[in-house]
Amino acid sequence: MKNIKSFVFLFIFLYIFWLLLNPWNWQALLAGAVIVALISGIFRKYGEILAQFKLNPKSILYSLIYIFVFLKELIKSNLDVAQRVLSPKLPITPGIVKVKTNLNSDFAKTILANSITLTPGTLSVDLKGKFLYIHWINVTTEGIEATSRAIVGKFEKYLEVMFD
Amino acid sequence: MQLVGAIITLIGSIFLFLGALGVFRMPDVFNRIQAGTKATTLGTMLFLIGITIGHTDVVPTLKIIILILFILFTNPLSSHALARAAHYIKTPLAEETVRDDLAKDEDRKEP
Amino acid sequence: MTDIIYAIATYIALAAMVLAFLRFILGPKAVDRVVALDSLTIISLSLIVCIACMSGRTIYIDIALVYGLISFVGIVAIARYLERGV
Repeated sequence: MKNIKSFVFLFIFLYIFWLLLNPWNWQALLAGAVIVALISGIFRKYGEILAQFKLNPKSILYSLIYIFVFLKELIKSNLDVAQRVLSPKLPITPGIVKVKTNLNSDFAKTILANSITLTPGTLSVDLKGKFLYIHWINVTTEGIEATSRAIVGKFEKYLEVMFD
Repeated sequence: MQLVGAIITLIGSIFLFLGALGVFRMPDVFNRIQAGTKATTLGTMLFLIGITIGHTDVVPTLKIIILILFILFTNPLSSHALARAAHYIKTPLAEETVRDDLAKDEDRKEP
Repeated sequence: MTDIIYAIATYIALAAMVLAFLRFILGPKAVDRVVALDSLTIISLSLIVCIACMSGRTIYIDIALVYGLISFVGIVAIARYLERGV
């Protein structure tokens, strides 16, 4: 059952790429289906990480909301970088802080680390088990709890619903 | 419609310029990676979207979409790998740095 | 009118390439140079797409795609080399 789910997820993922890269006539579609089925049969093991996504209406709704939250944070972070770079005195107080995350699946942790890198003033440096080490350009809080709430909190509540 | 595309392209190029300025001005490696990654990601996205809106007749839109998704996923990943390597080989941090939890934890683990 | 704005955008991106290239020359350590190289590849990728659309040869967009792929693999390989040797 688990094997079938990861096969199907990998097939859909790769077939979307094939559709985006090739013209849409029936020969290309058929050849793509055969090749993608072969590849996702052989590399089924690597599809497990994609199969950690839950399939229910609530999780799909939350992933749509997540995209908007993420885009808002991306634009905010760029305005932040622009303001810091253009001011003549470079107002930075950087430091590497440690935060804790409650997520279990690898896919969710990857997306969390990528999102943290693109949000205002933070850059994920390392990941050890449940702890993320983050370079923060403007350290304002003390202690692991307050720091986790300030950096991770706004993404974690969506990712918890979306993944196992 | 063409004017809108041109203006979006201009905004994207300004973000690209700010990212390169950040790479030039910041005092140490981690701050450089921060400025470089964020500004160039949004700058490239806006640049490509602007060109696509301005030239809808010649551009294959699906390929631009796949290029934007690709940049959105791989740019943070490569910066993450670089930051990890930079910390591992003990690149000196800027003198404004206030704390470094990762170095503290690694020192404690070694016997 | 729109051609002038596109030309200005291209010149600003070229100025960004000059700044990143200065960091590429000055960078005190190897890591600084790799960061500058990362920015350089991303900026030149946008310029490739711009040239492709201006001249009407959309085959260049495929080149931009492959260029981005190879630059990602190269940066990750360099980072791994810096971390623990080949």
